[in-house]
Amino acid sequence: MRRSIFENRWLPYVLIAPQLIVVLVFFFWPAFDSLRLSFFKVAPFGDREIFAGLDNFVELLTDPAYGRSVLNSFIFSLGVTTLGLAVSLCLASLANQKLRGLTFYRTAVLWTYGIAPPVSGIIWLFIFHPSYGMLPYLLSMVTTYDFNWLLQGWIAMLLVICAAAWAHLGYNIAFFLAGLQTIPVSVMDAARVDGAGGFRLFRSIIFPLLSPVTFFLFIMNMVFSFFETFGIIHAVTQGGPGDTTTIMVYKTYVDGFVNLRMGYSAAQSVILMALVIALTVVQFKYTERKVTY
Amino acid sequence: MAAFAPARGRWRRRFRGTLWIHLLLIASILLIGFPLYYGFVISTQSMDEVIKVPQSLIPSSHMWENYTKIWDRLHMGQLLINSTIVALAVSIGKISISILSAFAIVFFNFRGKAVAFWLIFITLMLPVPVRIISTYQVVSALGWVDTYAGLTIPLIASATATFLFRQFYLTIPDQLVDAAKIDGAGPLRFLWSILLPNSGANIAALFVVMFIYGWNQYLWPLMVTNSENMRVVVTGIAATVPTGTQPPEWNLVMAAAMMALLPPVLVVIFLQRWFVHGLFEPEK
Repeated sequence: MRRSIFENRWLPYVLIAPQLIVVLVFFFWPAFDSLRLSFFKVAPFGDREIFAGLDNFVELLTDPAYGRSVLNSFIFSLGVTTLGLAVSLCLASLANQKLRGLTFYRTAVLWTYGIAPPVSGIIWLFIFHPSYGMLPYLLSMVTTYDFNWLLQGWIAMLLVICAAAWAHLGYNIAFFLAGLQTIPVSVMDAARVDGAGGFRLFRSIIFPLLSPVTFFLFIMNMVFSFFETFGIIHAVTQGGPGDTTTIMVYKTYVDGFVNLRMGYSAAQSVILMALVIALTVVQFKYTERKVTY
Repeated sequence: MAAFAPARGRWRRRFRGTLWIHLLLIASILLIGFPLYYGFVISTQSMDEVIKVPQSLIPSSHMWENYTKIWDRLHMGQLLINSTIVALAVSIGKISISILSAFAIVFFNFRGKAVAFWLIFITLMLPVPVRIISTYQVVSALGWVDTYAGLTIPLIASATATFLFRQFYLTIPDQLVDAAKIDGAGPLRFLWSILLPNSGANIAALFVVMFIYGWNQYLWPLMVTNSENMRVVVTGIAATVPTGTQPPEWNLVMAAAMMALLPPVLVVIFLQRWFVHGLFEPEK
């Protein structure tokens, strides 16, 4: 505990005020207002709000479209997380060795951190484009299957998963590289002396020692794919075809801003809030205690 | 086994070991870079070249033509200025108010300190999508729709930055504070002359992260801007994706995508040394 502090009656309040004002006005007030709105039905253009109790929630839970958006969100998030973590862990382990040109290799993977998810979405949209894209063209040489994301929901899902994972790759690699640097060289050397090499070294030493980082990244990737990927869906698939790529955040936006069902959208916000609170609590609970290894 | 192998064989095996890794790394880098390269090549081709599948993977000669065309059509200059203003305001704003609040939390005792700390902490759990409608209503009530204030101020609270600075301030030895006091330095003098000059690595790392966060915003600018000249580049180019009935000007779309992508990628590349060190090894 710090003992040397400054004595001042009003200065600390002045210092912390800008942050607190932003937090209260743009975070807490809207969050409470969403909570309140979720119990009301709001007339599309008017200011009339009618208390509806739990109607919005009951409607949500019995609406198959909402159920599908929850399922889509989990498929999407687990897809992005699994793909992203697998690729970045392999790459980071490779780029962590004592090699010539290491700085070059690191730069050559880290740059992906700068890609905006919607920009990634547009590039991947072209790669998957049924008429002009490289991928359907290559596949058409080996199969007659109509690889068209505009018609097949699973291909559209694959498209947005690739776009999101690509845009987040740099972030994952940066954390894995940092995690790898915390593994003492002596541990690695000892394992090598004992005859562990290549895959064995990875499985018995690197992977277990990286489990706290992996767990942290798992949560961060879930949060990313739930909450930061709206732009990919909006710019690329608009939730389609049908509603096969409508994830929860996208549906919340469409119901609130396009269909103007404020109460219904607010109820979805409240469910999202519960989800992000759960993810954050899990993260803090386990990263504080460190994942066992 | 290896120990009994002839020296030359062992050497060759070791060389083959790292050669393998080099080849794997180069292959992965090419694979990761391919979407970007493909996009770039498309942005240099004419529309005739783009719709002839498979496209050539060698850059063509229409780069200047495509880039100037989409620059004029999208008012790219204005979009890039807007994105730069938003990214700088968000990153500098987040860093400034976080330095001040972390300073208050670490170096002062005041009533309500724990509450303030928790309020800032909880914002981690309130990303934009979970409070879309209501945040929009607040900004709209303030008359901030279509303004830079509306685009930036609601985004500048930062629990992450506050924590990072708090962690760093906690490592400042008490003696340093006492010495400053004995020399007659007040708190603001201490902040300005002692803390800030020592926070360079943290500030640089956070700057990269927050600049990219600001530049890559999509949902928020989409909601709070209506007029064309308040758009940011990421929302601007997303609107250029051709739909069924429009001509497939993918060369122009890719040219716009390249221009939107370049500034944040350059920031990562040029500041990556600080970014990696300051963020992951703050105690060094």
